[in-house]
Amino acid sequence: MRNPQLNADGGLTHLLTLEGLPADVIRQILDTAIPFTSIAMRDVKKVPLLRGKAVFNLFFENSTRTRTTFEIAAKRLSADVINLNIGASSTSKGETLLDTVDNLVAMNADMFVVRHAQSGAPHLIAAHLNRTGRNHVHVVNAGDGRHAHPTQGLLDLFTIRHYKRDFRNLTVAIVGDVLHSRVARSLIHGLTTVGTPEVRAIGPQTLLPTALQALGVRVFNDMREGLKGCDVIVMLRLQSERMRGALLPSAGEFFKHYGLTPDKLAMAKPDAIVMHPGPMNRGVEIDSAVADGERSVILPQVTFGIAVRMAVLSIVAGN
Amino acid sequence: MKIEIRNGRLIDPKHGIDRTATLFVAAGKVAAIGEAPAGWNANRTIDAAGLVVGPGLIDLSARLREPGFEYKATLESEMEAAVAGGVTSLACPPDTDPPLDEPGLVEMLKHRARSLNKAHVYPVGALSMGLRGEALTEMGELAEAGCVAFSHADQPLADTQLLYRAMQYAATFGYRVWLRPQDAHIGKGGVAHDGEVATRLGLPAVPASAETIALATIIALARETGVRVHLCRLSTADGVAMMRAAKKDGLAVTCDVAAHHLHLCDVDIGWFNAQCHLVPPLRGTRDRAALCAGLADGTIDLVCSDHTPVDDDGKQVPFGESEPGATGLELLLPLTLKWAAGEKVALPAALARITAQPAAILGLDAGHLAVGQAADVCIFDPAAHWVVEPQALRSQGKNTPFLGLEVPGRVRYTLVSGQIVFEH
Repeated sequence: MRNPQLNADGGLTHLLTLEGLPADVIRQILDTAIPFTSIAMRDVKKVPLLRGKAVFNLFFENSTRTRTTFEIAAKRLSADVINLNIGASSTSKGETLLDTVDNLVAMNADMFVVRHAQSGAPHLIAAHLNRTGRNHVHVVNAGDGRHAHPTQGLLDLFTIRHYKRDFRNLTVAIVGDVLHSRVARSLIHGLTTVGTPEVRAIGPQTLLPTALQALGVRVFNDMREGLKGCDVIVMLRLQSERMRGALLPSAGEFFKHYGLTPDKLAMAKPDAIVMHPGPMNRGVEIDSAVADGERSVILPQVTFGIAVRMAVLSIVAGN
Repeated sequence: MKIEIRNGRLIDPKHGIDRTATLFVAAGKVAAIGEAPAGWNANRTIDAAGLVVGPGLIDLSARLREPGFEYKATLESEMEAAVAGGVTSLACPPDTDPPLDEPGLVEMLKHRARSLNKAHVYPVGALSMGLRGEALTEMGELAEAGCVAFSHADQPLADTQLLYRAMQYAATFGYRVWLRPQDAHIGKGGVAHDGEVATRLGLPAVPASAETIALATIIALARETGVRVHLCRLSTADGVAMMRAAKKDGLAVTCDVAAHHLHLCDVDIGWFNAQCHLVPPLRGTRDRAALCAGLADGTIDLVCSDHTPVDDDGKQVPFGESEPGATGLELLLPLTLKWAAGEKVALPAALARITAQPAAILGLDAGHLAVGQAADVCIFDPAAHWVVEPQALRSQGKNTPFLGLEVPGRVRYTLVSGQIVFEH
């Protein structure tokens, strides 16, 4: 089955998921992001790469943080950005997702940045555009259900590469609610693609998907065991709904077993870095001492995120 | 009308007939096989050279979408589809709108179907009022109106006490109960099999245990009540094993598999193809293999299409929001032939699973071609292949995972009660 993200020449025309992306496409994106990190330092934080292009932020799920970083990234590339507040718009009047997309394409959108609560929504949109002969319109997935958050996965890879240089020597642990996490899935695909030898998932059985081993992940239920020898620790956010779904008894008990505290952190390598996609729940998955400590690279992740998204938008628009 | 069907390969699985012979039809019945009756003068002669002449197919589950869902399909379109697929008798599940829990609705449906003069329709009554799982339906009234069995369609039946009572009540009067084994709680909200594919795609999942737990409950209650129970749409390898053990134990249980589950598994979902959103979900390759083998060795008694027309609005949406189901009446024969080729099952045995076996579950004297029998006949070309395309389907439901694929088996003529209702 042809990868719907690549055009006939193997160029990235949509970014829907990191799964199935060739390693050199991933590396190309990371390398392209490097010069974009310095743009933030300049007085005039703009390059004309996407001048005249219309980027529509199609967010069916609330997100200030991701939408803002995409907006900043697109504007730094000189694109015109239109934000669509979908809750208040036609879908609440019963318009289907594809009808909404068709209407916006009729308004000459060049690119959709899509976030949706349903896994597969960006794939549906991309397939629809390809099938109806509109392959000049690009789709970038800003997070779909539990499935994928490819730009987050890429900025996580960028961050890890920035601090640790070579993926091929690393042990990376992802901790928390992997079952519901698109961030975790994208990171797992990204890490395994670029050759990370050991990817671990740490959590209670209720929060780990059944077939994780099939994705190349080593599963741990004991956090101290799982953190031994880790170079990178990625903490995932725990949503309050998990307590209501009988997946966990309480936030307190979760913190006891799976919260990242200084003494649990001591199990990892002395120079291990701590990451978090944000927003953080202090005292639930991460102790403030660690979040604000010297091993935390949580804030640099945000800065790198803008550069990585600029790289993604410019590469996809160019294909 | 006197019809003579000559030179065909006459296959009647129930009576062990498999030879070239002429079939003589008169006054709506099978008049003779082989030799013409005295004074025979055919009004119509069909040359069935190269074709198979067999009993009309019997489909144990086909949603006709009436009453209530006429925008998805109507009796007119679906009965056309049925006879185009060689199906001369079908049973329809009670999950219409309103559900088939009152005799008036059942009578109306039967009347509508009869007036169309195509396939025979056997409604399956609801086991509980409104399919809400709270109160029993008037099974006696419904049976009198024409219900051949009672089921809960795909609605969860969480109250095991109610299930027990329903089975006891049905057993009292000899009514058949058809149940799809699915636990009401485990896997609730799931849309795909709990395995590698659901993990990769981030889809809410239904574990195999949702089926096996329900199966264990139903088997235990069947043992206690002695009710004749038929398990619908098996999907797991463990489920097949449990049925094998129950039958070996001497329990009078039967089961079926939907044709799609013999050929597809969760991997076929690909990049969220909503045509593969089915209930029960498509499971793993090991499950598919067990279903194919189970149908071959008789653990699974028959195949049905589980025909479920869904309009475009129901499928052109994200996978988790899409309506489950696939169109199937016109694919029942091809998918059964494909399965038989794969499992190296001979044609008569394969046809038994869509004729004599379903008839037995329905308790009907049908699905065979004895002299004096109603002439429900399916004449098809087993070697002809055709491509599954929307234009090729008469059903209003064009929702199929087999779009663009070539399948074997082309129906050429279908007769119901001695009348030619379809010709190709």
